Amino acid sequence: MGNTSSMLTQYDIEEVQSHCQDLFEQQEILSLYQRFCQLDRNAKGFISSDEFLSVPEFAMNPLSLRLLKMVDGLNFKDFVAFLSAFSAKASLKQKVKLIFQVYDSDCNGKVSFKDIMEVLRDLSGSFMSDEQRERVLSQVLKEAGYTNDSFLTLEDFIKVFGSCKPEMDVEIPVD
Amino acid sequence: MSSTAGKLVTSRSELELDHPNIEDYLPSGSSINEPRGKLRLRDLLDISPTLTEAAGAIVDDSFTRCFKSNPPEPWNWNIYLFPLWCCGVVVRYCLLFPLRCITLAFGWIIFLSAFIPLHSLLKGQDRLRKKIERVLVEMICSFFVASWTGVVRYHGPRPSIRPKQVYVANHTSMIDFIVLEQMTAFAVIMQKHPGWVGLLQSTILESVGCIWFNRSEAKDREIVARKLRDHVLGTDNNPLLIFPEGTCVNNNYTVMFKKGAFELDCTVCPIAIKYNKIFVDAFWNSRKQSFTMHLLQLMTSWAVVCEVWYLEPQTIRPGETAIEFAERVRGMISHRAGLKKVPWDGYLKYSRPSSKHSERKQQSFAESILARLEDK
Repeated sequence: MGNTSSMLTQYDIEEVQSHCQDLFEQQEILSLYQRFCQLDRNAKGFISSDEFLSVPEFAMNPLSLRLLKMVDGLNFKDFVAFLSAFSAKASLKQKVKLIFQVYDSDCNGKVSFKDIMEVLRDLSGSFMSDEQRERVLSQVLKEAGYTNDSFLTLEDFIKVFGSCKPEMDVEIPVD
Repeated sequence: MSSTAGKLVTSRSELELDHPNIEDYLPSGSSINEPRGKLRLRDLLDISPTLTEAAGAIVDDSFTRCFKSNPPEPWNWNIYLFPLWCCGVVVRYCLLFPLRCITLAFGWIIFLSAFIPLHSLLKGQDRLRKKIERVLVEMICSFFVASWTGVVRYHGPRPSIRPKQVYVANHTSMIDFIVLEQMTAFAVIMQKHPGWVGLLQSTILESVGCIWFNRSEAKDREIVARKLRDHVLGTDNNPLLIFPEGTCVNNNYTVMFKKGAFELDCTVCPIAIKYNKIFVDAFWNSRKQSFTMHLLQLMTSWAVVCEVWYLEPQTIRPGETAIEFAERVRGMISHRAGLKKVPWDGYLKYSRPSSKHSERKQQSFAESILARLEDK
């Protein structure tokens, strides 16, 4: 626990690196491994929900439960692959794809009105009523040329985001 | 506190009342940035700020950093350093450790043979008995410190026995108490521990006047507050030592101080303790080690080196709340001992943050959306 590069060989690092499409440097992967071992208290090989939620900054996040579904039980390789969307080198498509996956909770490749409403509900809580949320969403959907019954695909998402990359970069601290 | 060990439960009132605005401390760009203009589909779909905060917390967060014990850097990687290191291990385990055990045993024999008869014989003469017990407790603590080859440097005026004063210090391990106790017999407020430590607590520490609390009892807080107040007002009681962090932190950071010690309407005397990590890491990670293992680790290292600073007594300023007072004292202690301050409540080790924080973020998001809707 907490043992660092002695546990990861050069081959391991390169394997993880190619799995995340080279979006992280080798030093960053080592730091992430240290962090993974720190969060994974009994060296099970994955981080449980409880262990994620023991990080107060994460537990306070309105989208924590949604993200938990995506990261719970991931092994280290997939953990790095998940975080790779937050690398500064990630492309617009990769970042938007992660956002899409957060919305598409049933993983059927389509985001419906209901899916967006659920995320909106997580984000605004009790400070907006359901009808206010519906009103806002219907309005912006109409303006963008969709209806309440439309299903948005990843391509639609990419089109909506246009050429402006979402600001979604996390720096990995490297000692 | 409505948390029970092993099961994490969101506990509301206690945590909220205890600390100032976390938002003032956290390095967030605000959860939702403030763009202007007409609301578009993209703005609604763009959850990237929230996602980035969550990912940032997964990658590194200031709370976990407080409880990280760094394993010592191995330096024995060489052909000539390795035998040196082996000699060191032999000296430490086969020479120093037995010597230290003997010293400690010797100290205990003296202590018990004086303490037990004293306790029964001088039952009537409380003042004399207390005086001698104080000396004895200081003595056994000195033996403990000697058993780790403790090198402790004290700076500042020694604590005195006066009413209406309370001592507060940062907390790294239970040995903080022993290090401070060898200079002055303090009365402490502690969590009741199981095992041989609990036995010590109920017998010997009772004599210096200790107060017990139980983290998992909800109503405990009021009872303890009352006991604290009674103790401080008594003229003959030993000076009271409180560790307001409420939990052991790794001596690089300080977590938020609980305001209980600062509401007692008396002078607060801060004490800063800093351990020198070159010799041994004195942080007791209670999740990883039992106290016995921790002591054994200390007894098989070269030395425990630390500095203790007794700082200037502080009183609450007019118009200052207890929380602001606590933060001011925390600032003094952190500055003296070279520790970084973090805005977290130490009890988050045992329970989840209250939903108030996520609700605040939700509120600012909702308000910005509704405001931009009006913009049309």
